[in-house]
Amino acid sequence: MIVDKKVVANIAELAQLEILPENMQEFVDSLTDVLNLVEEMQSVDTNGIEPMSNPLDGVQRLRSDTVTESDQRDYLQEVAPETANGLYLVPKVIE
Amino acid sequence: MPRADWEVVIGLEIHVQLLTQSKIFSGASTRFGADPNTQACAIDLGLPGVLPVVNEEVYKRAVTFGLGVGANINTRSVFDRKNYFYPDLPKGYQITQLSDPIVEGGEVEIPLADATKIIRITRAHLEEDAGKSLHEDFHGQTGIDLNRAGTPLLEIVSEPDMRSSAEAVAYAKYIHQLVTYLKVSDGEMSQGSLRCDANVSIRQFGDNELGTRTETKNVNSFRFLERAIEYEIERQIGVLESGGTVNQQTLLFDPDRGETRPMRSKETSRDYRYFPEPDLLPVEIDQAFIEAIRQNMPELAPQKARRFAEEYQLSDEDARSLSADSHLADYYEKVVGVGKDSKLAANWVRVELLGQLNRKNIDISETPVDAKELGYLIARIKDGSISGKIAKTVFEALWEGEAESAESFIEANGLVQVSDSSELQPLIDSIIQNNPKQVEQFKAGKTKLMDFFVGQVMKETQGKANPKQVNELLNKKLG
Repeated sequence: MIVDKKVVANIAELAQLEILPENMQEFVDSLTDVLNLVEEMQSVDTNGIEPMSNPLDGVQRLRSDTVTESDQRDYLQEVAPETANGLYLVPKVIE
Repeated sequence: MPRADWEVVIGLEIHVQLLTQSKIFSGASTRFGADPNTQACAIDLGLPGVLPVVNEEVYKRAVTFGLGVGANINTRSVFDRKNYFYPDLPKGYQITQLSDPIVEGGEVEIPLADATKIIRITRAHLEEDAGKSLHEDFHGQTGIDLNRAGTPLLEIVSEPDMRSSAEAVAYAKYIHQLVTYLKVSDGEMSQGSLRCDANVSIRQFGDNELGTRTETKNVNSFRFLERAIEYEIERQIGVLESGGTVNQQTLLFDPDRGETRPMRSKETSRDYRYFPEPDLLPVEIDQAFIEAIRQNMPELAPQKARRFAEEYQLSDEDARSLSADSHLADYYEKVVGVGKDSKLAANWVRVELLGQLNRKNIDISETPVDAKELGYLIARIKDGSISGKIAKTVFEALWEGEAESAESFIEANGLVQVSDSSELQPLIDSIIQNNPKQVEQFKAGKTKLMDFFVGQVMKETQGKANPKQVNELLNKKLG
């Protein structure tokens, strides 16, 4: 895959990141390096090998269905920039 | 080209909220209607340093559904991250299942107007719900309530097997009935417990390739589902017949305007960049886990309807209607158990009880008339100790809470029907004696006067005389 400025700009938009024009080339180069490494890894024959979904060789423990959390709204909302009527306020979004 | 030349192809994705006390990955409550953000804990908010832990009940419900549609239950399932930005998704990703869902395959047989049809299930996977955005004016800002964030959902994906909006609605209704029957979900559509995404495309009959589809998201009523699909069919036919092409896009249905409109402006930027969820290990369940659930599977509506028709000798319509809701079916069986007359019970439950419930818009689970009491009434009608008319009076008293029990009310008000001929005989004798003119006319052939005599007896006994008995006695006397 060829990484150019257009590709980086698209990824940046998906990740909601702002990339300044003067930093663009740096991102293009480093992402290209990363993908080159991935390409090298892809030359390994992985036929018949099950994809690994987690590096830890374990299985998930399940918890019982009980309510263990109490209302901590006031405490949790201390870090929010703005709240009203118990709601978190964010810049207007409407699709 | 007439509409009949276009074949409609529909697949549905149905999001069902699973019936649990706590969320899928946290111990916060899932109770509906709480104050904003009082049920959104650090895990639901995606604060740094928290770890999700999977709720076991969520797996039980999902497996229950899978068994209910004859699907393959994957003993190993894996969670993935679906990345997108929206303020009501605080982590910036939704935890869902992509390549290894809990349920794969299966099918349901849905009832149509004059036949049934098999609809195949592709898969059903677990995921967390997002929060809620409130766009009312908060000084030009959007308010976010994250109580719903992390609520467990099962997304049931069908194959594109439906060919009309009517089939799509029948399928959605069937899934709704199934998940409520199995107690997988409470199915409260007004509370968002069941939401549909409709994938709609059209093609000319005979085409093997599917047309380009659109996805209408988040339809929360059966009526809207039908209208949204109908609108979309007409719109796509219009586009194709005027030489255009249908764009693959995501739409929202606007019930006020009765039309669909595009939801995302920049369709090209839609790329969820899925990857395995690093905070969760694969979930493995064993056969014992699945078998334990299989052992406790309740009887499903179609099976129950068949059993009702056979065991209780009901008409197909009675059997279907009484088994459509599991609470109603349980109620009916209790009534039969006490009343010992299945047809009379069916009639009373459908006409009197359901009539009242519908008029007052009350759910069967909140009925003021206990099944045992209605059963008792039916037993008394059956043995002739009360008339149907008196039974209705008692039923009303029970409904209004004016009667402790049917038995005590009947006794306290002396409502027991008089069918003892030694009590009725003297009464009939005196009525005949006191109405010589009518007796004469009757004997002269005016048989219509029988009603008059019966009425007199009823008046004297305040409606408690057994009409059949009265008729017999009068006939003997006058005949």
